[in-house]
Amino acid sequence: MRPSSYLLVGVARLLVGAYPRWIGCGPDSAQRIYFANHTSHIDTIALWAALPPRLRDTTRPVAARDYWGAGARRYIATKTLNAVLIDRKREDRGADPLEPLADALAGGASLILFPEGTRGAEPVPGPFKGGLFHLASRFPRVELIPVHLENLQRSLPKGALIPVPMSCTVRFGAPLHVEGGEPKHEFLSRARRAVVELSGVSE
Amino acid sequence: MNVPQKVLWLFGGVVGLLVVASAIGAWLAARASTPAKRETIANLNARTRAWWGMVAVLAAAFVLGDVATLALFAIASFFALREFVSLTPTRAGDYRPLVLAFYVAIPAQYAMIHYGQYGMFAILIPVYAFLLLPSLAALAGDTQDFLARSAKVQWALMVCVYCISHAPALLLLEIPGFEGPNALLVLYLLLVVQLSDVLQYVFGKLFGRTKLAPLVSPSKTVEGLLGGGLAATAIGGSLWWITPFTWWQSLGMSAAIVAMGFLGGLTLSAVKRSLGAKDWGVMIEGHGGMLDRLDSVCFAAPVFFHLTRRFFT
Repeated sequence: MRPSSYLLVGVARLLVGAYPRWIGCGPDSAQRIYFANHTSHIDTIALWAALPPRLRDTTRPVAARDYWGAGARRYIATKTLNAVLIDRKREDRGADPLEPLADALAGGASLILFPEGTRGAEPVPGPFKGGLFHLASRFPRVELIPVHLENLQRSLPKGALIPVPMSCTVRFGAPLHVEGGEPKHEFLSRARRAVVELSGVSE
Repeated sequence: MNVPQKVLWLFGGVVGLLVVASAIGAWLAARASTPAKRETIANLNARTRAWWGMVAVLAAAFVLGDVATLALFAIASFFALREFVSLTPTRAGDYRPLVLAFYVAIPAQYAMIHYGQYGMFAILIPVYAFLLLPSLAALAGDTQDFLARSAKVQWALMVCVYCISHAPALLLLEIPGFEGPNALLVLYLLLVVQLSDVLQYVFGKLFGRTKLAPLVSPSKTVEGLLGGGLAATAIGGSLWWITPFTWWQSLGMSAAIVAMGFLGGLTLSAVKRSLGAKDWGVMIEGHGGMLDRLDSVCFAAPVFFHLTRRFFT
């Protein structure tokens, strides 16, 4: 890890705690896609900081180019987090937006993904987009780990700049896989339910 | 005795206590036969280990001087407030008051001590924060649970910042005839409060029969309170030589510290449970969170500060 990574993790720990709870799996080095609910801009850093250092080196967050692609954020995303940037806007209609993610998985990296695609305001996530399903089908050996991030929407609500210090818990659930022949929408709602169950909120 | 000798005796005594506690803990761990006993002893030993760490940090702050002591308590306030706010169901409309509480109120409160501004130190949070924080929440326009939310943020600030800051505020007092340094008074307060907690726990485990407030704090017993409280008061009285007090004044001060410490532990336990938690956090192994360790200090510090200020300055 780079010195700037330790600084970033230190600040994240101080401000949002990012205490990991390994509930359904352990922090081992199997290739994984961690997918989580998305409520604030510090989600990426909090989840990454909750991983043990040896896993941070091989785990790459997926970040939207329109937010993380310029200025200081770009520095944090590319130099410190080693993020994979994707185009949410898809200006080039012909290109597959998942291609950089597939390349990263083919290269052996684990990914951190927010399948809602955008930030919500509720403790439980909104509907998941299809990217997770397509990646899981292309890479069936990769473990899909549901993750729930608690309290972060209170720490940094939409539109806010300075995080309110808060002890945020990061809960890791049991690995999922796409079952043979499972339709996309069924898998996606199963994956979403796994995150909701970790939140402890009943729907 | 001169000041360095007093400090050496004081820390020597504390280290001696910890050595004895660690030895007893190791002996008990070797004898524990049932899983339930082993768990209790493991928690006891985790607590003792955490005490070694806390005493080391406190000693380092004492050696480094008043600014380090202030910084230490400011950091303690920060983590205590972080725990309190994490357990409190705030809404998006509380964002600005919370930013102000963390990034303005904490540094300002401790800066007032550093710059000797007693007046502003005493009213910054009860007057200015009390009026401005709910105003900011009102400007955010969310009226749901408004009074309850404002009260929670104000309580969080009073307990975690205002009350805790009264411990290092002892550095402000000019006590005629006391050769100081006032940091000795801070150590006196912390020693009596924490010994009272520890001795109440020990007496409770050994002789506890009658639960005192089972719903609020299941581990507190009448026997623990009386035995531990009296023992801590006696030890506090015997520490008169590091204070400006005579031995009987020191006995009275210790009794006040022990009584307020007990009420602090009980009241903040009620607050914690009303927020639906058993521990404030997980920061200090065996103890829980920062506030689990400082709850009695929160109530004892302001009263000890004002008694000392009223009668000895």
